[in-house]
Amino acid sequence: MAQILSPLPGTFYRSAAPGQPPLKADGDAVAVGDVIGLIEVMKSFHEVKAEIAGASIAFLVDNEEPIMAGAPLAEVG
Amino acid sequence: MLKKLLIANRGEIAVRVIRAAQDLGIATVAVYSAADADALHVQLADEAVNIGPPAAKKSYLNMDALLAAARDTGCDSIHPGYGFLAENAEFSDAVSAAGLVFVGPSGNAIRLMGDKVSARAAAAAAGVPVVPGSVGRVDSLEAARDVLAETGFPVMIKAAAGGGGRGIRIANSLAEFEQAYPQAQAEALAAFGDGGLYMEKVIGRARHIEVQVLADGHDAIHCYERECSLQRRRQKVWEEAPSRALSEPLREELCASAVALARAVSYSGAGTVEYLYDDAADRFYFIEMNTRIQVEHPVTEAITGIDLVAEMLRIAGGEPLRLKQADISVKGHAIEVRINAEDPAKDFAPFPGKVGDLRIPGGPGVRFDSMLYNGYQVPPFYDSLLAKLIVHGETREAAIARLVRALGELQIEGMKTTKPLFLALAADPSVQAGDVHTRWLEGWLIENAAALAS
Repeated sequence: MAQILSPLPGTFYRSAAPGQPPLKADGDAVAVGDVIGLIEVMKSFHEVKAEIAGASIAFLVDNEEPIMAGAPLAEVG
Repeated sequence: MLKKLLIANRGEIAVRVIRAAQDLGIATVAVYSAADADALHVQLADEAVNIGPPAAKKSYLNMDALLAAARDTGCDSIHPGYGFLAENAEFSDAVSAAGLVFVGPSGNAIRLMGDKVSARAAAAAAGVPVVPGSVGRVDSLEAARDVLAETGFPVMIKAAAGGGGRGIRIANSLAEFEQAYPQAQAEALAAFGDGGLYMEKVIGRARHIEVQVLADGHDAIHCYERECSLQRRRQKVWEEAPSRALSEPLREELCASAVALARAVSYSGAGTVEYLYDDAADRFYFIEMNTRIQVEHPVTEAITGIDLVAEMLRIAGGEPLRLKQADISVKGHAIEVRINAEDPAKDFAPFPGKVGDLRIPGGPGVRFDSMLYNGYQVPPFYDSLLAKLIVHGETREAAIARLVRALGELQIEGMKTTKPLFLALAADPSVQAGDVHTRWLEGWLIENAAALAS
């Protein structure tokens, strides 16, 4: 199991816009460069891209949850 | 006079409002999210109430939590600051319905000015120049030609039923217009089921000039204008007062029009009437009215000597306007720059860091409005404004020199800020000459990207 860490502090979003489905669901396969979520920092939005690939992703942080830089966002196995 | 005030905001404006209230002997209650427990406004207020988790919609935008905090602490009034709920008509109504005083205009006044169409109609009715265009929808090419006589070219055509930039076309000549009009009509009909169009003159190069007003529901006065033409992504970064671009007769005409609008809508509190000023045509046009205290209010305070936030609190407490128009005069020139937690070298990326050694500028003509202190961890959940540096001098040239001096004194260790941007702008010949417009800074940033990155 490898972890995807948050590059920034802020608020984590699972989907690209309110009301849209999550960018990745638990159990989805992940390729390097896939956008797995967004982080809002001081009213600006930044994509979180996977730097590792795996057959299945499991999120450790809920939608709209505050996170610190370096916090694990998801596990990829 | 108000007795106990809840400040429904955070950051430098919460600090600013607390200071004004304390100067008037009004007790203060701060509110804070879980991310702001260590914030300066919490430390300065007489009491503080935790109103929820970091996300603004669960705390600073949570009307129920704010009203409960005001009730539980025995407040008689709420100041909304700017942003968050400051221009939310429903909140103004809810505060009044709870038997408290909202430090700002009524819900109806916010509603009237918050809607572009009703605000434009109110301005036109008060004799305030609006951007020339169709009064309502245009349904035929013949009617459109009549409107063209007023707008000239370039003219913007947009779907009356549209929104979000869809169906907007710009025509630079009659030939282009006659080609674009039926296309726009067909497009509007297809997209919205309504072929009605709206036309408006395109104001090319313009300055952003705004007039500060104070009103008590019966009478209104102005505190002259501010120019805020230096903008990045429609966000003001540098504001000054007075505007160098206006002639004295035009200044009086502009300010009088803002007072006429405030009177016409029985406005109460502090407000700002915003205009575009077209230098070449020497004409100004109403854009909108902001029904709150604005970020850049200190430049007006610097040149007039008026404490605008204190006046808001007095008016909300039921006092009639203390000042008459003849009491208000302009002295010198003031400039404010917004010190944001953004890195100009990296395309203004946000930088929510921890403040180390902090050196705040001072001396004659320098004011620093901020919530910073040594060791403060800037939270990532809110906007990036850290501080406003306001300088005042006898002339605009003296104010710019003082700005450079004060920026040199300012040190915020551990943070990336917009300070280098302002040092570069202060050295720019166009800025020094005041020869700018609302789109000037975007071009300058592209041309100077390399210099800012180094």
